[in-house]
Amino acid sequence: MSELVLKGVPAAGGIAYGPAFILDKQEFIVPKRTIMPEEADCEIARFEEAIGQARLEINVLKEEIVRNIGPEQARILDAHLMVLEDPTLLGQVTSGIRRHQQAAEYVFFNVIKQYMAALSKIQDEYLRERAADVNDIARRILKFLTQEDKWHDLDLLQQDSIIVAHDISPSDAVGMYHQKIIAFVTDIGGRTSHTAIIAKSLRVPAVVGLKDATLRVSNGDFLIVDGKKGLIIINPIQPTRELYTKEQSKIHASLEKLEDLRDLPAQTMDGKRVSILANLELSRETDNVRKFGAEGIGLYRTEFLYMNRLDLPGEDEQYEAYRRVAEAVAPFPVTIRTLDIGGDKFISSVQVPKDMSPFLGCRAIRFCLERQDIFTTQLRAILRASVHGRIQMMYPMISGLSELRQANAILGDVRRSLREGRILFDDQIKVGVMIEVPSAVMTADALAKEADFFSIGTNDLIQYTLAVDRVNEKTAHLYEPSHPALLRMIQRTVDEGHKEGIPVGLCGEMASDPALALLLLGMGLDELSMSPSSVLTVKKMVRSLKFSDAQRVAEEAMQMLTGQEVEEYVTVQLNKLLPHLL
Amino acid sequence: MSKIEKDIVVMNKKGLHARPAVLFVQMADKFDVAVTIAKGEEQINGKSIMALLMLGAQYKTPLRVTIDGEDAQRAADAIEEFFAKQEEDLTP
Repeated sequence: MSELVLKGVPAAGGIAYGPAFILDKQEFIVPKRTIMPEEADCEIARFEEAIGQARLEINVLKEEIVRNIGPEQARILDAHLMVLEDPTLLGQVTSGIRRHQQAAEYVFFNVIKQYMAALSKIQDEYLRERAADVNDIARRILKFLTQEDKWHDLDLLQQDSIIVAHDISPSDAVGMYHQKIIAFVTDIGGRTSHTAIIAKSLRVPAVVGLKDATLRVSNGDFLIVDGKKGLIIINPIQPTRELYTKEQSKIHASLEKLEDLRDLPAQTMDGKRVSILANLELSRETDNVRKFGAEGIGLYRTEFLYMNRLDLPGEDEQYEAYRRVAEAVAPFPVTIRTLDIGGDKFISSVQVPKDMSPFLGCRAIRFCLERQDIFTTQLRAILRASVHGRIQMMYPMISGLSELRQANAILGDVRRSLREGRILFDDQIKVGVMIEVPSAVMTADALAKEADFFSIGTNDLIQYTLAVDRVNEKTAHLYEPSHPALLRMIQRTVDEGHKEGIPVGLCGEMASDPALALLLLGMGLDELSMSPSSVLTVKKMVRSLKFSDAQRVAEEAMQMLTGQEVEEYVTVQLNKLLPHLL
Repeated sequence: MSKIEKDIVVMNKKGLHARPAVLFVQMADKFDVAVTIAKGEEQINGKSIMALLMLGAQYKTPLRVTIDGEDAQRAADAIEEFFAKQEEDLTP
C-alpha cells in the first residue's frame, strides 16, 4: 500500500496521527434487524412508547418556547406533535413491522426515508423545507427507539480520532468539544473558517479546503495531519511515520519552555506593555485562558449560548453564564460581544430571514436592533453580571454612528429599568465598538468620541475590505490579512482611537500569526486577542524584542504595495529578530 | 351514516403548506368522520399531516374532499368554511 499526500489550506498548526473518522451529519444509519413473528407486538409497543416519549419531550420544549419567546414561535412544534399522531405514518410503521418482521427503528427509518425523498422532490419551496422538520422529528423518535442518545455521530467515537468532514458548521462546534478529537480535516473552508477557529481553541491541528478528502479517506484509514504545511498523508509508509513522530516531539519540547512565560507580562525589552488576551469560543474553555497565560478574554462570543437549542436562553441563564466566565478569569477582564448571528451563524429558535447575501444582510447588531426583545434580554443579563469580575461589552458590526447611538439608547433604557428595579450593575461598564466594516473605519473619528474602546475584528474586516467571502474556498487565496488596504484600515483605526484617548485592540485569527502580530505590535495596538493556544508564542515574541524594532518593521511594511511583499517581509524580519521563536 | 363530497380549490397563495395543513388536520380531528382528499387520481387520508404535505396542493389546485361518518354534515360545513377563509388568510 502506498501513501497518498493531499495538499490543503493550513488552518491550525501542529501534527497529529491516528485513525480517520468520517463525519457525515446528513445520513444516520440504522442497522437492519429482523425479528421473530411473535416479537411484532412487542416492537409495536416499543414504537408507541418512543412516540409517547417524543411527545412528552416536544411538549416540554413547547412550553419553554411559549414561556420564553411566544406562542407564535411554538407553532412549528404543533406540526411536530401532529406528525407523532399521524394515522398514515403510524399505520405504515405498525403494518411494516408485522409484514416485514423487522425491528421498529428500521421500519420507521425506512418510512421516513420515503417521506424525505418525496418531500425533497416537491416543486413548492415551502413544502420542500418541511423535510428539515421531518428529519428533526425522526431523529427524536429514533433516539428513544434505540434507547441511546447517539444521534450525534461523534458520540460513536471509541478512540482518539481525526475528524474528516465536508465542513464544520458553527452549531457543530458545541458537540466538537470532545476529548477524543485529535485533528480536523475538511473539504471546504479557509484559514478563518469555523473549523480553523474550533481546532485552534481545542489546540488540535486542522487542514481545510482539501476539496474531496471525504471521498478519498475511508473510515479507519491511518492519517497524518500536518497542520503547519497543510498536508494530510493517507496510510503513510513507515519512514514517513517516523519522520513525523520526531517532528511532533520537537513541537512538544518547545511548548514546554513557553509555559514558563505563563504568568509574565507581555512587555517588550524597552518597556512597552501590551495585553495579550484570548478569544473564547465556548464557556467551558475558561481554564485555557489562564493555562495559556492570557490576561483575560478579549472576545467572548455569546452565539454559542443560543445555538443547538430550540428556545432562546433566558435572562437568568445568560446572567449565570456571563457571571461564571467573569469570575473564572477575574481579576482579568472579559469583553462580551453582544449576539452576532446571521452571516454563516444561525440559531434554530429565531427565524432569520434568508438573505441573498447573508454577510451583507440582517446580521449582528442589525438583527439585535430589529429584535430588541432578544437584545434587551442579553443587555440586562450582561449588566447584571457586570458586578462580578471585570466585564466590558462591545457591539459587533457597527457600520456607523447612528447604529452605535441606537444600540446605546437601548442600553440606556436597560440601565434605567435596572435602576428602577434596584438591581445592581456596574455603572462604569465600558462599552466598545467592533470595527469590522470599512465604513466604521472611515468614520472611526466620530465613533471614537462615543465609544469606550475599539476592537478591530479582522476576520470580517478582511472579508468586507477585500470583498472576499471567507467561507468560499474558491476565493480563499484572496483572503490576505497582509493586504496593504487592510493594514491602512487598521492603522487608521488605531490612530483615530488614540486621538480620542481610547484603547484599540484587535481580535481575529490574524493576531495568532507571530509575524503579523509583530507588525500589529509595531502599528500601536494596545491589545491583541487570539486563540488561547497562540498566546504563549505571541507573548514570547513580544517579550523578546524592542518596541522600536517592531515600529520600524511596521513603518517599512506600510510602504509596501502588495500583501505578498508584506508577508514575506514580516516573516523575514521575525526570523531575523527572533531566529528561535518558531 | 352519510357521505358528502365537496369540490374545493386551494386559494391560499402559498398552497396547503405546513401551517394551513396543521390547521386543517386540527379542524378535521374534531369530527368523528373519515376525511379523504383527492387531487386527481391521488387519494389521501385528510387527517394525516404527512399525507397532506406530500400531496403538495398548491395555489389553485382543485381538490375533492369526501367526508364519511355520523357527523358528516357538520364536518363538511366546517371544511367549507375553512377553505373559504383560506382565500382571505394569506399569511404563511
